[in-house]
Amino acid sequence: MEQLVLLPVDWLEERSGLIGGLRYFLFRKVPRETNWFHTLGSATLTAFLVQAVTGAILAFYYKPDPDKAYASIQNITNDLTLGWLVRGMHRWGASVMIILLFLHMGRVFLFGAYKYPRELNWLIGVLLLLMAMGEGFTGYLLPWDETAYWATVVGININANAPIAGPFIANLLRGGSEIGTNTLSIFYAIHMLLIPGGLFALIGLHLYLVVRLGVSTPPWTKNAAGYESDDGRGSARAGLVEPRPRGNGDGGLQRPVERRER
Amino acid sequence: MADELDRPEEQGEPPSSGSEAHLPSPTIWPFAFAAGIALVLVGLIINWIVAAIGAAIAVVFGFLWIREATREVRGAAPPPPAETRLAEVEEEGAEGEIQRYSRTRFLEGATLGAGALIGGIVTLPVAGFAILPAFVDQGHDDIDLGPLANFPEGQWQVVTFYSTGADVSTGRRTAFIRNNGMLDGVPSMTIISNRCAHLGCPVQPQGPTTTQGEKSVDAKSGEVDVVPAQPSGFGCPCHGGAYDTEGNRTAGPPVRALDRYHYDIVDGNLVLKEPYSVAEVDGTGAQATIHAYALADPGQHVDGPEQIFYPYIPK
Repeated sequence: MEQLVLLPVDWLEERSGLIGGLRYFLFRKVPRETNWFHTLGSATLTAFLVQAVTGAILAFYYKPDPDKAYASIQNITNDLTLGWLVRGMHRWGASVMIILLFLHMGRVFLFGAYKYPRELNWLIGVLLLLMAMGEGFTGYLLPWDETAYWATVVGININANAPIAGPFIANLLRGGSEIGTNTLSIFYAIHMLLIPGGLFALIGLHLYLVVRLGVSTPPWTKNAAGYESDDGRGSARAGLVEPRPRGNGDGGLQRPVERRER
Repeated sequence: MADELDRPEEQGEPPSSGSEAHLPSPTIWPFAFAAGIALVLVGLIINWIVAAIGAAIAVVFGFLWIREATREVRGAAPPPPAETRLAEVEEEGAEGEIQRYSRTRFLEGATLGAGALIGGIVTLPVAGFAILPAFVDQGHDDIDLGPLANFPEGQWQVVTFYSTGADVSTGRRTAFIRNNGMLDGVPSMTIISNRCAHLGCPVQPQGPTTTQGEKSVDAKSGEVDVVPAQPSGFGCPCHGGAYDTEGNRTAGPPVRALDRYHYDIVDGNLVLKEPYSVAEVDGTGAQATIHAYALADPGQHVDGPEQIFYPYIPK
């Protein structure tokens, strides 16, 4: 029976190394005395994935056309089975994601987790924050009701007030000198294609750096990262299984965590 | 199995000619042959002449290819190996290795360079298409608002019209229009845009609103609604900007007066031309002095020291 389960897993591992890679990604050493605050990043990622999935499904029925957009939103909300739920998840999930993003940023700041060698990850995080705000701004227009329209008029004109570049940014967002039919398609394309692509790429980079650099020690801990504790309370990786190489067992996928000597 | 493979090396025997791989000598004929075949297929759809040319190419280069491939069997001398010169250089030792290395470097650079060139060729027009609309004039259509008789002297009208010509709801705009009477033999009109000079919300006439006397005119630009009003000024619902009846800011966050439209009288019809921005208006009605500037987005200063922030306003 065990063989039956392991056979496809081993088959996949031997040809791709994906299982070992996944283990390397999931079963990392983390400093002890980490707590729930360290889960805010994962929570934000979860919120983003919810947005990505619900957004893609909403796109099945949404029509980015000035004559049809509002009616298609009404259709999703009132007529389609569970449409109200998916739209609600996307609409409220957007706020949840922004809130979690700020909490995550506050955690990183207050724990000093942005310091060497993690400055680059902080910068990527700032970009992710800006892109998430961009998602919020562009997504707000899509229902194409009065609130959406005039909020976007105001939003674009705020952008237009940036010195020097402002008028050009505004023309770019509007797709012309006036808000009109182009604006909705431009916002839809930015919301659906441009920013999500960038978000996925930067989240990948963000996670890569998290895995490469490890989780920072909480400011109150007396245990340095990477050290086995010597106070008799067991290993620093309490509860986590020792990653065991699969396949040919060359161990190339299971690089041991480097111990920093002091 | 492993022993068999190892044996020749151990015994120092040269590999027997029977087990040697017969690699065909490098040749470009298959490329030309394939092009001929492709031409035949295209010709079958387009034109039989093309197919015939393709067939001729395929036959000629197929023959050359077969000749090339069977050269060894026919006992002809193999072509000199292409690597001869390189091999000679290699024998010279350290200097030769440097030569080899530079060739690798050249290929690296060539690959990266070609990639960058192709990327640039593909990206430039796309980026231009994405960005250029921000710099290029979109133009303003002239808007026919119907007969001048609908605008009696000294009377404000709230006029709603299609600005884009097409019947799309997003092109619906509103202007406040007052006929100031004749000035030098030409009707003088005050035509104020309802776009707030703060952040672009629609300003509303202050005072009693009514739809009494509303007229719907079937003008050249589409349906035009004309509603008489007696505004004591204009106010913005979004952030509380307030203006007097000349469009001058009286309170709130706007940075300048309300925009206005140029106008013309064509065949007795009132026609709206380009909109323009106004810093302020001195005086009232036909005698007013309008400090006019090129159309700017809401919130942008057109006069005063702050105007240096917006030196290039795209038309």
